[in-house]
Amino acid sequence: MTTARQRSLLPSDTPLTLLGTDGEPTTAEELPADEVLLELHRRMVVGRRFDTQATALTKQGRLAVYPSSRGQEACQVGAVLALEEQDWLFPTYRDSVALVSRGVDPVETLTLLQGGWHLGYDPYEHRVGPQCTPLATNTLHAVGMARAAQLKGEDSVALVLLGDGATSEGDTHEALNFAGVWQAPVVFLVQNNGYAISVPMSKQNAAPSLAHKGIGYGVASELIDGNDPAAVHTTVREAVAAARAGAGPTLIEALTYRVEAHTNADDANRYRDADEVAAWLGKDPVDRLERHLTSRGLLDDARRAAVAEEAEAFAASVRNRVNVDVEPDPAELFTHVYAEPTAALREQAGLLAEEIAGAKS
Amino acid sequence: MTTDERMSMAAALNRALADALEADDRVLVFGEDVGPLGGVFRVTDGLAARFGERRVFDTPLAESGIVGTAIGMAMNGLRPVVEMQFDAFAYPAFEQITSHLAKLRNRTRGRVELPVVIRIPYGGGIGGVEHHCDSSEVYYTHTPGLRVVSPGTPEDAYGLLRAAIDSPDPVVFLEPKRRYWAKDAVSLAPADSLDRAVIRRPGRDVTLIAYGPMVATALETAEAATDEGWDVEVVDLRSLSPFDDATVAGSVRRTGRAVVVHEASGFCGYGAEVAARITERCFHHLHAPVLRVTGFDIPYPPPKLEEHHLPGVDRILDAIARLQWDDEVVPARPAGEVQHA
Ligand SMILES: Cc1ncc(C[n+]2csc(CCOP(=O)(O)OP(=O)(O)O)c2C)c(N)n1
Repeated sequence: MTTARQRSLLPSDTPLTLLGTDGEPTTAEELPADEVLLELHRRMVVGRRFDTQATALTKQGRLAVYPSSRGQEACQVGAVLALEEQDWLFPTYRDSVALVSRGVDPVETLTLLQGGWHLGYDPYEHRVGPQCTPLATNTLHAVGMARAAQLKGEDSVALVLLGDGATSEGDTHEALNFAGVWQAPVVFLVQNNGYAISVPMSKQNAAPSLAHKGIGYGVASELIDGNDPAAVHTTVREAVAAARAGAGPTLIEALTYRVEAHTNADDANRYRDADEVAAWLGKDPVDRLERHLTSRGLLDDARRAAVAEEAEAFAASVRNRVNVDVEPDPAELFTHVYAEPTAALREQAGLLAEEIAGAKS
Repeated sequence: MTTDERMSMAAALNRALADALEADDRVLVFGEDVGPLGGVFRVTDGLAARFGERRVFDTPLAESGIVGTAIGMAMNGLRPVVEMQFDAFAYPAFEQITSHLAKLRNRTRGRVELPVVIRIPYGGGIGGVEHHCDSSEVYYTHTPGLRVVSPGTPEDAYGLLRAAIDSPDPVVFLEPKRRYWAKDAVSLAPADSLDRAVIRRPGRDVTLIAYGPMVATALETAEAATDEGWDVEVVDLRSLSPFDDATVAGSVRRTGRAVVVHEASGFCGYGAEVAARITERCFHHLHAPVLRVTGFDIPYPPPKLEEHHLPGVDRILDAIARLQWDDEVVPARPAGEVQHA
């Protein structure tokens, strides 16, 4: 059996699927171990519950905006579970479920969207780069991180998440090229969810697939079923292992679907029809894994209930903690511009403090 | 280690890079053609041979890629010093510089520190063709989170570059390319601060404020001005951001007159900021409006016309002459040549 790694740089025509939509294995290729499948299931269920909770919090005005990743759980969880502690994750704004799965405090992942500050977590604590809003810029940060690891003789790998739209940005191309030239230990996972806000793939890309974009840069590429947690996990794990072993970067295109609108502020009915959404709901990653685990007797009602209960408790805790007014300290506006505030910033901080004191008195 | 040697600015920069690479193995030098070629201005000459490809290397030709990967490397504890080949070719990296390099400390509430230096040979006066002569300083000085530094002498080139590499903040280091070959005595010590302007030449009657490529021109002007009986003080800003108000305002309070000089276009240019700051702080000490002498508000001209664009001694002397020495009414001049604040 050839590994995905040994296949040529050219991605296959059909996306790699290990679990069919009915939950049955589609190939003779090995599935992840049972405990890994169960862990994927648990984290996807918790992640999905977190996602619906965050969406609900926008309706209550607790979050300014939230980009849902419902339907993309296989990508977010499958990929993160393939990382070791020493590896780095470079996420986008849509990857809150990936962050939660990496162990970042869920409320800290929402800080950006809550409006309290631009970022809630310490990037070094779990080795997670800041969630990135300008598209594709994080790809270069990941390559730089990976290159530094290579230069320092560390065995860490950087995984960068990006969307289909982001592959059109120049930075993605520069990042793939740098990664190829340097043979940097970096893995690019494109979550192709069909749309960049409203713009469909047909207006974004003329290549046979986004994975094909790796060839021109000498970067090994894979096309996979992004709603199949087993395929995502296996492929990313192999790519991470290859990168760690010095075999260079991989570009993975995962075909998936964004079930909700781009964000709570978007109206998806303007650019896609209900049939399309319904068809994708039939490929749901959580259902698919549940069917598989159930048919193999690995998931019984008791475990299903226990996971659901954990997800509920997780959501309740997020809800309670986000339902508290955040009062960021205005003095901090001046603290982190430079290592030491400049004379001008100290003066401006004093002015603001006076203004606030005046307003209060 | 303070030996006084006469060397060109390019040599001083080269020495600063070598000494920084020697002093700290987290320092890396990379960019386009900086390896075996030594950079198009030879500022990195010999460094790849001496320090090896792991420390000094050529990258693919992509400015956003250079700065973006430098950010990731700095997050992983390295101290990249990158070269943008020419001023106008740094623009592809603008987003990485302004949205990420400048902001990541702030976005992460101080947790991510990015000690990255971006060296940019900038400005005109070398007969360069289009896109090789921009004065792009205000794009960077307008961005909080960046330090912007420009040396005017070989000694400052050495000292400020060493200090920039040691700085925990990202630094845009603007090298006045037309001064690369001018020689002067250099004492090889890092500058003790990146934040301070210096008085290059003391004088009583008027303060000339300059930086980078215009420091030498300002000093020349000050010499020439003695013929007219004017005792001109020259302030070299060195640090464009943060701005050293104390030194500048102190000088202008003493002289009561100020002229700001730069190569870049005047409209919304750096001189506007300097003039405003002086007016805000020294109004009651001023005998005349603060004047700016700048390049015209045009795209950088072709080589055969650049001498008309760049401020020279005569244009600066002319401005000094118009500082209302005898309270007589000064006739207005065409916009762009000498502008009233
Ligand atoms: C450089 C840049 N341009 C435009 C935007 C505005 N914008 C935000 S999300 C988005 C679409 C992104 O699509 P894709 O990369 O497919 O990711 P998805 O949102 O589908 O996860 C756009 C255009 C941006 N964030 N950054």
